This record gives sequence, C-alpha cells and structure tokens, in this order.
Amino acid sequence: MTQPNNDKVVPGTTLSEVSVRVDGTDVTVPEGGTVLDACTAHGVDTPTICYAENLTPVNACRVCVVEVEGNRTLVPSCSRPAEDGMVISTDSERVRHSRRMVLEFLGTSTDLSEAPQINEWSKQYGADTSRYVEGGETISEPVKVQDNLYIRDYDKCVLCYKCVDACGEEAQFTFAIAMSGRGMGNRISTEFDVTLPDSACVYCGNCIGVCPTNALQFKTEFDLRQAGEWREDEQTVTRTVCSYCGVGCNLELHVQDNQIVKVTSPADHEVTHGHLCVKGRFGWQYV
Amino acid sequence: MFGAGGGTASYREIEEVDVVLLWGSNAREAHPIFFHHLMKGLDNGATMYCVDPRRTSSSKFADVWLGIDVGTDVALANGVAREIIHAGLVNQAFIDHSTTGYDEFKDAVEPYTLERTAEITGVPADAIREMAHVYAAADKAQILWTLGITEHHHAVDNVLALCNLALLTGHVGHWGSGLVPLRGQNNVQGGGDMGALPNKLPGFQDIDDDDDRGKFEAVYGTALNPTPGLHLTLMFEAMGRGELTAAYVLGENPADSEADIQHARKLLAGLDTLIVQDIFMTRTAELADVVFPASVAWAESDGTVTSSERRVQLTRPAVAPPGEARHDVDILAELARRMGVDIVGDCGDECGAPIPEKLWDELRSLSPLHAGMSYARLEAEGGLQWPCPDLDHPGSPFLHGWLWEDDLGGRGPAPFSVVDHIGPAEALTEQFPLRLTTGRSLDSYNTGVQSGGYDSPIRYGEALDINPADARSLGIVDGERVKVSSPRGTVEMSVRFQPDIPAGLTFTTFHFPDLVDINQLTNDAWDRKSGTSEFKAASIRIDKLPAAAAT
Repeated sequence: MTQPNNDKVVPGTTLSEVSVRVDGTDVTVPEGGTVLDACTAHGVDTPTICYAENLTPVNACRVCVVEVEGNRTLVPSCSRPAEDGMVISTDSERVRHSRRMVLEFLGTSTDLSEAPQINEWSKQYGADTSRYVEGGETISEPVKVQDNLYIRDYDKCVLCYKCVDACGEEAQFTFAIAMSGRGMGNRISTEFDVTLPDSACVYCGNCIGVCPTNALQFKTEFDLRQAGEWREDEQTVTRTVCSYCGVGCNLELHVQDNQIVKVTSPADHEVTHGHLCVKGRFGWQYV
Repeated sequence: MFGAGGGTASYREIEEVDVVLLWGSNAREAHPIFFHHLMKGLDNGATMYCVDPRRTSSSKFADVWLGIDVGTDVALANGVAREIIHAGLVNQAFIDHSTTGYDEFKDAVEPYTLERTAEITGVPADAIREMAHVYAAADKAQILWTLGITEHHHAVDNVLALCNLALLTGHVGHWGSGLVPLRGQNNVQGGGDMGALPNKLPGFQDIDDDDDRGKFEAVYGTALNPTPGLHLTLMFEAMGRGELTAAYVLGENPADSEADIQHARKLLAGLDTLIVQDIFMTRTAELADVVFPASVAWAESDGTVTSSERRVQLTRPAVAPPGEARHDVDILAELARRMGVDIVGDCGDECGAPIPEKLWDELRSLSPLHAGMSYARLEAEGGLQWPCPDLDHPGSPFLHGWLWEDDLGGRGPAPFSVVDHIGPAEALTEQFPLRLTTGRSLDSYNTGVQSGGYDSPIRYGEALDINPADARSLGIVDGERVKVSSPRGTVEMSVRFQPDIPAGLTFTTFHFPDLVDINQLTNDAWDRKSGTSEFKAASIRIDKLPAAAAT
C-alpha cells in the first residue's frame, strides 16, 4: 500500500541554510529566516517595535532598519528574507541616524513612559525627544475605561498595527478594531468608535498581549499603577496551563504580593503562539 | 478509538488540512485557541463543513452549514458513507489492507439513500452529497467533534459512525488527517489517561487483566480489586437502589451539572456520607458532610494536565493557597494515613508528604505511553504528546500510523462498525413540542463556579434562544419571561429571539444554575456504552406567565 507523506514530523529533518555577513562576520540562518534572525544569531540587539515573533511583519515603525550592500534604501530587517551572500551593516552612521530619528518622532508625539525597552533604545541611539516639542502636537485624551478587563490609553499608542493584526487575520479573526482617521487624528478604533462592550470585541485581550507601549493594559495593572503600587521588579512570572477547556493553553501568571496581576502566554509555544481567549486571559480572578 | 482514547491529530496539522468536518462542535466559543489553528487552515485554503443544529459562530466561518435535526447524526454519517461508496470514492487499498467488516458495513448503510437521509436529518440532499464527495476526495481531511456528538443516549454510535467515514477514505493515521474529539475540560483527557475510568488503570491498561494489574500490584505493594467499578451514571443508579451510600467527589459539581438535576440532588442528599474536595463551596459541597478545601491545581500546585492533542504539560504553583487549602494529593495521602495506609511510599519527602514529580516518575514506570516524559523534558520541550515510550522518543503528533504499515504494526485491522439511526430518546409530542439543546458560550464555563469570578462585559445572563417565528406563534415577545417545562421539571426564564436557531429548536447554556436551573429540564436517558446523559435533546413546552410576572 502507498504510504502517506508524513515528512512534516520526521525527527531530525533539517532545512537548508543561507549564509550572510553581519558586520563583517559570517552567519547562517535556516532558509526562510529574516535579516533580523541573522542579526539575532550574530548576537546583535536590534530595536523593534511593530515586529512580534507571532505576527507577520507590517513594516510600520522602521526602527529595525539595516544597510544591505547593493540596496539603495535602508532595509527593514524584520521582514526582509535573508539571502545567500547578503552583506549587512547594523551599526553604520546611516542606520544609527535613521533609528534615532524614528525614536525621536515616536518619543515626541506619544507617551513612552511605560515602554522601558524603547526608552533604553532611545538612550542608546541618543534620541533627543525635546527637539520637536515646541509647536509639536501630541495626542492628549483621557484614558478609555469602559469595563473591568482592560483599558485603552491613546496617548501611548504608536500606531504599530500589532493589535489590529492580532484581532484580525493573524490570530483571532474578530476584526473588532482597525486604523481610522488621518494625520494626528489617526487612531486604532472600533467600528464608528463605539465603546468596546458595544463593538465586535470578544475580550480575548490578544491586543494587550502584543502592545509594545502599554497603550492597552489590564485594568488590574492600570488600577495598581494609579495607586502607585505597580512594582514590576518584585513580580514573579510562572508558566502553567489554563484551567478551562481542554486545549491546554500555556499561561504566564504575573504575581505581585501573592496576587495574580496579569496573564500572558509565551509567543514561542506551539499551542497558543502567545494568544488566549477571554477565559484564559481574564478568568483567573477567582484564585 | 481503535484501542486508545485520544484525538488522533495535533492542532498544528489542521493548519495544513484540505477539508474539515466540524460536527457537533462550536469550537469558536468552546475551544477558541484551537479555533485559531483551524482558522489558519481555512486561511490556507481548507474547506469547512459545519454540522450543527444551530447556526453557531463557528458555522459562520464554514463554507457550508448543515443544519441537522438534533440527534440524527448516525443517519447523516451513514448517508455520507453510502454516497461515498456509490460514487466510487472509497479508498479501496486502505479498506482491503487496514480494515475489516467492510462488506457488512456496506450492506448496513445501503438503506441510507440521499433522499431518506435528507428526510431524517433535515439536511438537503445536495449538501450531503457535496460534503461526501469533497471529504472523500481530499488529500488530508479531519473530522472534529465535541459534546454535540457525545451528549446523546447513542453517543458511542455517533462516534463509531464518524470513525467509519475515516476508515472508508483512509483519512486517519497520517499527517494532516484524523478524528479529533475536542476535550471540554483542561484535564479530562489526563483523567482518563491516568485511569480515572472504572475499568482502566493508567495508560489504558485493564484492571481485569491479570498481567496489567499485576504490574501495578507489584509497585504499589498491595492487591488491587480486579472487578471494574461503576461510572458516574451507574453510581447514581446504584444510589437510587440504595446500594451506593457514600461518595467522595473531587473537583466536580454534580449537584448542578447532572441531567434531571432534581433527581440527582435527591440522590446526593440521601447518601449516608458525602465528602467533597474542591476549591469552591459549590452546591455539591453544601450538601456534603465533610468538605476538604483543595489548592487550585493550575495556579497553586505542581502537577501535570493533558490536552486534547494528548499533550502532557506541567502546572506550576504561582501563588500560595489560602487558609487550610492543600494540594489534592496531600489530602488523599493524609486521608489514607488516618485510615492506617501509606499510599505515598517512596514518593514522599522526609515528612511523608507526596512529591508530585516522584508520583509522576512512578506513573512513568507503569504506563508505557508516558515512560519518556520526565519533568525535565516536559519543562524544556513545552509538553510532550503520548505515546512517548522512552526518553529519546520525540512524542507522537498523530496516532494510528500503524494502519499504513505493511504488517499493521503487528495489530489486527481496524473494524467498521454497523450502527443504525435511533434518534433522541425523547420524541417531540403535542404536550412538549419543542426541542431543547444546551451548550457553552464563549466567556463562561460549565456551572459557572470559575467563570463567575470575573466581570465579563459580553455576558448577558441566561436566556432561552428561540426562533422568532416560533416565539411569535406563541404570542411571546423578545425578552419576555416565560415558563419552560419538560417532563421532568419547570423553570422560569427569559426568551431571546435568535434568527440563527431553526424553527422547532431552542437553546440555552448551563452556566448560570443560580439564575436558571436548566438541568431540571434535561434528560438523563443515557448511553449504555459511555454512560453519558442526553443533555442535547430534551422535549419542552413554553407557557406564558401571568401578565404581571412576564416583564
């Protein structure tokens, strides 16, 4: 009898590799890997904001750009596939200048106070966010608190599209939010800007899971921050399994003072790819 | 199925599938993260047929929704099988090599013509024909189901009827294809795997097999009762006869969850002794003589749980349990110790308290399915799928690859099963003319003891979903409170107009027993082979309340 093709699961199957040069050093990555993968393999810390390992790159933020020999423009490393023989520079003046500009623009127009990783890059690249303040517009509107599960703080939104994609065709297929407006009026919005409970939102919280700036955050976190009691450095993170249906989603329980304060899921786990449903994300409050 | 109780495929396989039959499952709400994998499959071009009496949120993602009459699944599966056979779309090489009983099966499904099947099931003949042809012709195809298949008094027949379709077409035992029952609780798979079945020891070994049992007796250092015990439904019957007088209930709330709940509560209340071990003071716990407070298994305790794809994963304590709550195995060990028995043995710490990892290692020494799953590997590899017989084994993404081996892996061929349409135990009558079926909604869970703990903005309480035309013919308006009765009981609740519910059908969840005690209505007619009650098919009537009470 003809055997079916089970190649997908033959242990030890290896993909072919491609070879590139990163800052003068030869690096190999599996075929299909990106320039960012090559940089990471070489041990280079590349700033990324709109990129997430569980989403398809959308090339919105341009902070991860590198120089690739033979390319006229800078290349977004998160989405560009690595090709054999590529010569990549990650720390040229042109790259540093471009990254600095991106970080300055974002830091000027939005509140990055709860995005420590981005602040660190800003320092590293010498971003001066005071340069454009005079006459520069910033978003300034009240935090949207419409239920007890999560809040939206548009002052912090960098319009990276991650939440839109996680809500839509990258994971949840709910399409409750999309980009609306133009210029400084550009916002992530529900349909006709209705409140979340009136929208198509199913409260999976996968938008919170991918938000890089805390523009979307658990109500529990928001309340603790308001009270001045959010102490991330004292928190523990424990990996366990959700208590509801039989899918077996991995949860990371963030605990402060013996209380769960928020829940995430590891992006590299093949069951969830970092995404949860409303019960897994918020249903722990009885503990 | 075919000798092992587990879904045959992995979640990631469905991302590459060609055809999906989602049959009696609203996975979009009941298994949302599995549905993410399924959506990737659809996004990659798969075709989905959704068989469900309701036009569920899952079915809205399907290419075709087959709105089957409740309880006619065997007829539909047999009709699909006959069509596959008559269209010459069977996988004859697979049938000849890997199965037995085909000729008898072929004869048995012969009466299920498209016309007759359409008449029994209410599904148009064209849709049945299309599903049969597309499923049979696929390269990789899966059948997925949940309680829409198993909460019937002919539950096992339903499952066997679906298995027949996979045997006809060879859609099992290879990457991408399979038969997948999605599990409803986070460790219902693990419970069965660990021998929490009346006739099984861990790893699906038989309690009445001297060799199997002997292995356990040698390690446990004691003789084990070789007689299979009772499953839950038989236990309740034994309570009714006064033969079963004591019950020890762990992490279950039967005083809210059983069908024909008034009857079940009376039986529980009549026990000489009822012990409940739980993290909540459930309605069952309120009936108990003794309540042992347990720590929360997934957030306060070390241990393992097993998912629908047979993946064993570690749970870890993140917070300290409150008050006197203790680890489940701690309570069991202490209870045994007070009765003069040490059940911990070498698996304890210096004080004799059981250590979960050591208990697991003992289990690995006794269950070949789990032998290769050390805690270290489970931690490092994000869980492992059984069978995993040794430390070098990578685990098994799919089951029954042996069906495709030249010597069938030394086993016998897989049998076709002859099953016939019976239909619901409770027919619709003039007195009870409407069908009631129950199920889950996205943000809530079972009897609500866990999901009641958070404030969901998309929770609208309990209501009886009804087709607006049916409601209007009864003179009922949307949101009206009514009296709903079955032959077993009566409850008051609101109705909700729901155009996705076909005429003649009503639906409600069972998540809010304190608001609506819906299991007063459900039918406890049960399947002799599985013990499961027919939650999915009760007959009811709706009566208007006196004007003052109806708003």
